[in-house]
Amino acid sequence: MVAAPLGLSALTPAALRRLRMRAWLLGLSALLVASIIVAVTIGPADIGAGDVWAVIGHKLGLLSRSPVSILHEGIVWELRLPRVLAAAAVGAGLAICGATMQALTRNPLADPYLLGLSSGASVGAVAMMLVGATVLLPVGAFLGALAAMAMTLGLARSLGAITASRAILAGLAVSALASALTSFLIFWTATGDSYREILSWLMGSLAGSRWSDATLALVAFAVVGVPLMASSRILDGFVFGDTAARALGIDVAKTRWLMLGATALLTGVLVAISGAIGFVGLILPHAVRLVAGGRHQHLLPLAALAGAIFMVWTDTAARTLFDPRELPVGIVTAMIGAPAFFLILLHNRRAT
Amino acid sequence: MSLSIAHASLVIEGRAILADVGFALAPGKLNALIGPNGAGKSTLLRVILGLEPAARAHVTFAGEDFHALPRRTRAQMAALVEQSNSTDQPIDVHDVVMLGRLPHQGVWSADTQDADETIVARALERVGMSKFAHRRFSTLSGGEQQRVHIARALAQQPKLILLDEPTNHLDIAAQIAVMNILRSLAEEGLTILVTMHDLNLTAAWFDHIVALDRGRVVAEGEPAAVIDSGFLADVYGVAATIIANPTSGRPMIAYGPQ
Repeated sequence: MVAAPLGLSALTPAALRRLRMRAWLLGLSALLVASIIVAVTIGPADIGAGDVWAVIGHKLGLLSRSPVSILHEGIVWELRLPRVLAAAAVGAGLAICGATMQALTRNPLADPYLLGLSSGASVGAVAMMLVGATVLLPVGAFLGALAAMAMTLGLARSLGAITASRAILAGLAVSALASALTSFLIFWTATGDSYREILSWLMGSLAGSRWSDATLALVAFAVVGVPLMASSRILDGFVFGDTAARALGIDVAKTRWLMLGATALLTGVLVAISGAIGFVGLILPHAVRLVAGGRHQHLLPLAALAGAIFMVWTDTAARTLFDPRELPVGIVTAMIGAPAFFLILLHNRRAT
Repeated sequence: MSLSIAHASLVIEGRAILADVGFALAPGKLNALIGPNGAGKSTLLRVILGLEPAARAHVTFAGEDFHALPRRTRAQMAALVEQSNSTDQPIDVHDVVMLGRLPHQGVWSADTQDADETIVARALERVGMSKFAHRRFSTLSGGEQQRVHIARALAQQPKLILLDEPTNHLDIAAQIAVMNILRSLAEEGLTILVTMHDLNLTAAWFDHIVALDRGRVVAEGEPAAVIDSGFLADVYGVAATIIANPTSGRPMIAYGPQ
């Protein structure tokens, strides 16, 4: 027997696909790191990529002396880096939440924002803020997201089988109520600039993110997002519906509530940090599906990376486009996301 | 391995969907479940597999109390092929068949193993769909999708396969292709139960028939013992003449406008 030539042609389609998947993971990871470094350099103060590496190296104890001025070091380490990392974690988390919800509800339009979870989380977070329990902000946001999800799905179910359009309509109602509540709570108790405050909760904003925010977002992603990615194969089992999933040995009810509960938790924590940023959970999973197909084991990690890159750049745009004024980042994501939503609607005519 | 069902009952909103259904099936034979629309055929398949929480039934498979087994063990032993089940998801044929490996792998496993790939490749070959492995599932015809679902069921490496109207909406060549696959599986010793609407197809291919009407077993036996004009009049309310199939001698239903 002649030995098979060592080339791509010698690989089985499955092995080839594994290779392609690894290339995507590696490529997007590299792109994310590059995006984070470049995004930190962008802004009014003139900072180069080399300076960013030097500050990180110095802070991590790899460099004994920083060649960067104390002012620039402060800008990189105290202002820009935590904000960019918070943006990356929020984007990654929202993308995973969207992909998971789309699979579990068999609804191509599912997303934490469109189903009202984000607005519900805002109410919970603002309520905690008003009673002075700022430490409990993420807990309030989680409870708000959970309540909103229960209301949306409960309302959709009471209309009959939960179709994509029923879920969206129910989400719209819940979202409208929650947004009104958030606005009312802030307006009622506000002492300062209540309009800006309301806008940053309803549209989402990463302005003023500190290390505490970045750490919380990264921890939430590690504690909730990573296990979701690790168990993503089970989501494949839902492709042909609940009965088919059950026949494959999946405990459908337990899996659905556990995983949807996890998305509510992750959404809640992220909203507590950034407010309700829309469309990230909707469009990134769809974009990734176009290149990586529908297997969730590939979809979730790639959507997380894509979501992180997307948020890093949209937030950079939000803080620099109209410098020195800032846009809430949710305006930028909606400007990109809403037209993409139209396309997804058209593409899924039959499913809605 | 033989399958026996006893006292299968399901009441939904005061209406009896299944009422004390019981029968036993031998392996190595093609068993059909027939009956009018709404007789409870599809429901019974789900009840047998333990997928209807509200149902009561005693199911014994291979001498074991089937419903007492953990759900994953059940999915390793028994597979279900639902009626024309499609999806809008961009999923490849290969990945649909790989779903059949889920009960064997568990969800935390990192990626599919070579052994799983071999099993998937064999299952696709078995149903003649190897060439379609990397096509999008949603682009296939109904008959092709049905064969992929059968391959997915085979990838579960089950001892029992239940199929819900696998020949529905298929042209005659596709029907024969599906029936040939089912027959060869029965000959290998699998236990097979298939719900069927086309009585002529049923009479021509199956060894054993269980007839269900309004949730009860009303007839059971080989085709010639079940399908006669009295049965058609009682169960379907149809006047028809039974003639012998000129090629096989099996019963054939002849009917005209009524």
